[in-house]
Amino acid sequence: MEFLVASSIGLLTTCGTYLLLRGRTFPVVVGLALLSYAVNVFLFAMGRLTINMPPILREGVTEYTDPLPQALVLTAIVISFGMTALIVVLSIRTFLEIGNDHVDGRPVGAPSEAGDKN
Amino acid sequence: MGDWIVVPIVLPAVMAALIVLAVRHDIILQRVFSITATVALVAVTLSLLVYASGNGPEMYALSDWPAPFGIVLVLDRLSAMMVFLTSLLGLGVVLFASSEWDQRGKHFHALFQFQLMGVNGAFLTGDIFNLFVFFEVLLIASYGLMLHGAGAERLKAGMQYVVINLTGSSLFLIGVGMIYSVTGTLNMADLAIQVTNVASGDAALLRAGALILLLVFCVKAALVPVHFWLPGTYANAPAPVAALFAIMTKVGAYCVLRVYSMAFGDTAGDMAWLAAPYVLPAALVTLVLGMTGVLAAKRLNSLIAFSVIGSMGTLLIAIGLFTPEAISAGLYYMLHSTFSAAALFLIADLVVSRRGQFGDSLHTAPRFHQTGFLAVLFFIGAIGMAGMPPLSGFIGKLQILDAARDSDAMVWIWSIILVTSLMCIVGFGRAGSVLFWKSASVDGEITVEGAKWPVLPIIASCGMVSGLIALTIFAGPITEYLNGVAAQLFDTSHYIEAVLGANALSLVGQ
Repeated sequence: MEFLVASSIGLLTTCGTYLLLRGRTFPVVVGLALLSYAVNVFLFAMGRLTINMPPILREGVTEYTDPLPQALVLTAIVISFGMTALIVVLSIRTFLEIGNDHVDGRPVGAPSEAGDKN
Repeated sequence: MGDWIVVPIVLPAVMAALIVLAVRHDIILQRVFSITATVALVAVTLSLLVYASGNGPEMYALSDWPAPFGIVLVLDRLSAMMVFLTSLLGLGVVLFASSEWDQRGKHFHALFQFQLMGVNGAFLTGDIFNLFVFFEVLLIASYGLMLHGAGAERLKAGMQYVVINLTGSSLFLIGVGMIYSVTGTLNMADLAIQVTNVASGDAALLRAGALILLLVFCVKAALVPVHFWLPGTYANAPAPVAALFAIMTKVGAYCVLRVYSMAFGDTAGDMAWLAAPYVLPAALVTLVLGMTGVLAAKRLNSLIAFSVIGSMGTLLIAIGLFTPEAISAGLYYMLHSTFSAAALFLIADLVVSRRGQFGDSLHTAPRFHQTGFLAVLFFIGAIGMAGMPPLSGFIGKLQILDAARDSDAMVWIWSIILVTSLMCIVGFGRAGSVLFWKSASVDGEITVEGAKWPVLPIIASCGMVSGLIALTIFAGPITEYLNGVAAQLFDTSHYIEAVLGANALSLVGQ
């Protein structure tokens, strides 16, 4: 199970990073979403992987699963979900305003405008 | 002081909700609520500052859950100073925005209060995961503020700003997860104890987690090589928002200082001063790059944005030395650079709004209204930013140079700070002469619509400038207070005892 979880986190992170570096906003948004999934699973695994254990420590219980990372993951999920919604709206708005969906705001293949803007 | 510690977070939170729910249709009421709340915040944080200067660190346990299980807020000299600085800056910004900027989009004041809440929370919290949450609060508010009033250029820069910060948030969680997996705690005081107990096999994981966190804080502090989001964001943000963002880079610097002196400081054994070898070289490069940008900038706003990068470089050089003298000097420079960056952004907006179609491009244009008055303000701000005498930037840089005397990198630090100061003087001198002096050689005058003497923006700009002057006049008492801050940062035992109780320190190294 450790191998499965670890390699899926790795795969998600790889795909997320690759997509994040793309030039258009849609792959970037999907890349951020994948990255946040990877982070959520990673955080969850940081409490160690145990199966069928109560998430609470009390008398008579010696084996338990750590509840704190689960609480952290809940917070992280809420935040990353909200952020994904925000960035989707933002990219649509940027597309409508600028007329293309490149993260630098220029059509793919067009010369850089950086020199003129600064 | 007890419950008052939580007020700088609760007050803006309640105000923001009130503004957005109750008075969202009435801009005058929004302004009254927002300004009143910010004035009250200044009063509360001032009393916290006075209290902290006479007492040791004090803890506030949220919902009364005991540390390290619950989340704690900690008031010590450093956090008290930072929240006071935030509220002063906030007051200037809200006054400036209340003249006209807040009508260019919706919900400026609500977002502004949420931003204050996030920044204050980040300064007060004593828990790393809670720090992440407050980072998100201040970032979400800053996305809204950054995009306030929209426009193609701003949306483009805003998109990049949001993407880089979301990536930073993912890295933050990875770092937090790694630290938690090894130490089993996220409370900063508890962490300071637990890092001494980490098994040797896990030390590499802890180190990696801590350095990933450092990277995230450096993104916020705009340190090379993760500085690239700043020029576009600051130059394209609305002026009052850019001025407010002057505190955002300081949040990153504060976190570097707090986490790496608290948990990875003197007491951390093998892990002691983990951040030191990375921060100083990066800060030196940042300073050179920022001031080169000042020389190369073709727009007034990007010139100021690059000077902010340069000043972050100077600040982190001082922090990167990790000695009490250097940190005291760096904190003085931090106060100074917050006011001077905010002053310059506000003054630049007054200039830009009077230049009509010439905007903020650094090309010779005819004279505009109030050239003389604005020129004086601009040059005071520029003198401050460049660190020329007699203003506080000079005192700050002098203290940093003095504190670097014993460092191994002394030659590098002295030569880079002195040369970049000259570059900054040349850059601002060029901008100032193009904007104000050469305009005299061009016939005609630019006339634009709008108030001739907008009262609130001028009060706000003069307020920021007088902050610089006050820092200069009261340099003695302020330096004394900052020496106390640095001493408190280096003697972590009081902080740990305040959070975890008197017996906590006996657990170190067991």
